Amino acid sequence: MQTYDLEASGLRGLNAALHAQAKDTNQTAWEIINPKGSHAVAVGLDAPIEVTVKGSTGYYTAGMNKQATVNVQGSAGPGVAENMMSGTVIIEGDASQYAGATGHGGLLVIKGNASSRCGISMKGIDIVVHGNVGHMSAFMAQSGNLVVCGDAGDALGDSIYEARLFVRGSVKSLGADCVEKDMRPEHLELLRDLLERAGADAKPEEFKRYGSARQLYNFKVDNAY
Amino acid sequence: MCGIVGLFLKDRALEPHLGALLTDMLITMTDRGPDSAGIAIYRADAEGRSKLTVQAEDGDTAFAGLADKMAAALGGSVTLSRNDTHAVLHVPPGQAEEARRKIRDLAPDVRVMSFGDTLEIYKEVGLPKDVAARFNIPSISGTHGIGHTRMATESAVTTMGAHPFNTGSDQCLVHNGSLSNHNSLRRKLQREGIHIETMNDTEVGAAYLTWKMQNGATLGEALEASLDDLDGFFNFVVGTKDGFGVVRDPIACKPAVMAETDQFVAFGSEYRALVNLPGIDDAKVWEPEPATVYFWSHEQTPKPNKKAA
Repeated sequence: MQTYDLEASGLRGLNAALHAQAKDTNQTAWEIINPKGSHAVAVGLDAPIEVTVKGSTGYYTAGMNKQATVNVQGSAGPGVAENMMSGTVIIEGDASQYAGATGHGGLLVIKGNASSRCGISMKGIDIVVHGNVGHMSAFMAQSGNLVVCGDAGDALGDSIYEARLFVRGSVKSLGADCVEKDMRPEHLELLRDLLERAGADAKPEEFKRYGSARQLYNFKVDNAY
Repeated sequence: MCGIVGLFLKDRALEPHLGALLTDMLITMTDRGPDSAGIAIYRADAEGRSKLTVQAEDGDTAFAGLADKMAAALGGSVTLSRNDTHAVLHVPPGQAEEARRKIRDLAPDVRVMSFGDTLEIYKEVGLPKDVAARFNIPSISGTHGIGHTRMATESAVTTMGAHPFNTGSDQCLVHNGSLSNHNSLRRKLQREGIHIETMNDTEVGAAYLTWKMQNGATLGEALEASLDDLDGFFNFVVGTKDGFGVVRDPIACKPAVMAETDQFVAFGSEYRALVNLPGIDDAKVWEPEPATVYFWSHEQTPKPNKKAA
């Protein structure tokens, strides 16, 4: 186990050390202490390592992640796991706005609540939120899965493309072109796997599925102001 | 961008440390806005007098004899305590607003930062650490306070463009964001007779709240109305005589984090600003909801007032 004191040794040294890990590295376990809300902690990783952050972080934690597992034992600021490609990011506390934005792959688990715009423009990432998500979540979501075990705020899935949204609790309102859809056996199967991998104590049958009505794909004069 | 911090103390034992705690929080936010900084502090005068905080480029000339002139104009005793480019005029209880009116004639070069019973506002161009040092903010005690560090977008970098803005007796406003309808709103408010000094968007926001309250709205009602009438991005933190309030626009792009313990309620643009507060590891930490007015005061329990977006 490598321990890195972020307050004592600085952010550039941390990210440089993590970037230096090759795919066959022996140093697979890293612990970061004293994050104190720092920005850009463990960004741009590309090795199968496990990074544990002991405390809360600021903007863009674990952004652009590939392969690595990053576990934040606190809450994360705006843009956590932004543009993630693969790997796993787990937030034990809450996440601020636009968690998982534009993510292409991998799994983002938020054990508390996520704020507004969770999964905005997601492009293949899987996001599982144990609590609630704020307004405009999955705005323009293109592909991937957003699972919300609690409630969703206003305008869920506004202008959504082909991402799948699963919500267990209430949805305050659906955004433009987002509709409730049938939960078919393949969706229950997919959801069961996601919930299990995310350690969420919920049954797939308790969720409703939402997705695109596909009415915004082509220009329609009725949609113009 | 801009950075905001706010600290409301529940535990009176922390009051001697208010200035130091706020200064530390504000310096952490320096890279959100390094061009000017300001702090509003609430502390009671030992003799219960009211206060007018003023600023002048040349304090040696502008503040000389000012207390005597003000005493003659008000017909009561007035003392002046100088603090760098600022000075606090201690006036007879309840006469701060009258003193504000009189000072335009007594000392036209002096600019009013704030008036009220307990509020003092200190603000200048420069980094938070330099602004805090020139006014020796860490040594100031108080019950609650608000700080702001500015990255200018809508108007010039000047003392008068710095935050906090005084909106009424013992009231002040800081802002993170930018208002897009401030020009039309400024014209409207000026037609209504509201005095607006600069081309700054936040000053218009402050003047809007003042105007609403002059027409009978409470501060909470004025903040709720701002959600309808102000166009743009805003996180507002407002200071009042006995507490502070927070409101975010319905889109809520601008960041905001709050923390509460038995000892304090704190606001920061980022969690970084809060990490050195006592007992923060066990604090309740959350983000204020969009389009929701929050208040904390020494006189009542907190009661978020939700308004539909």
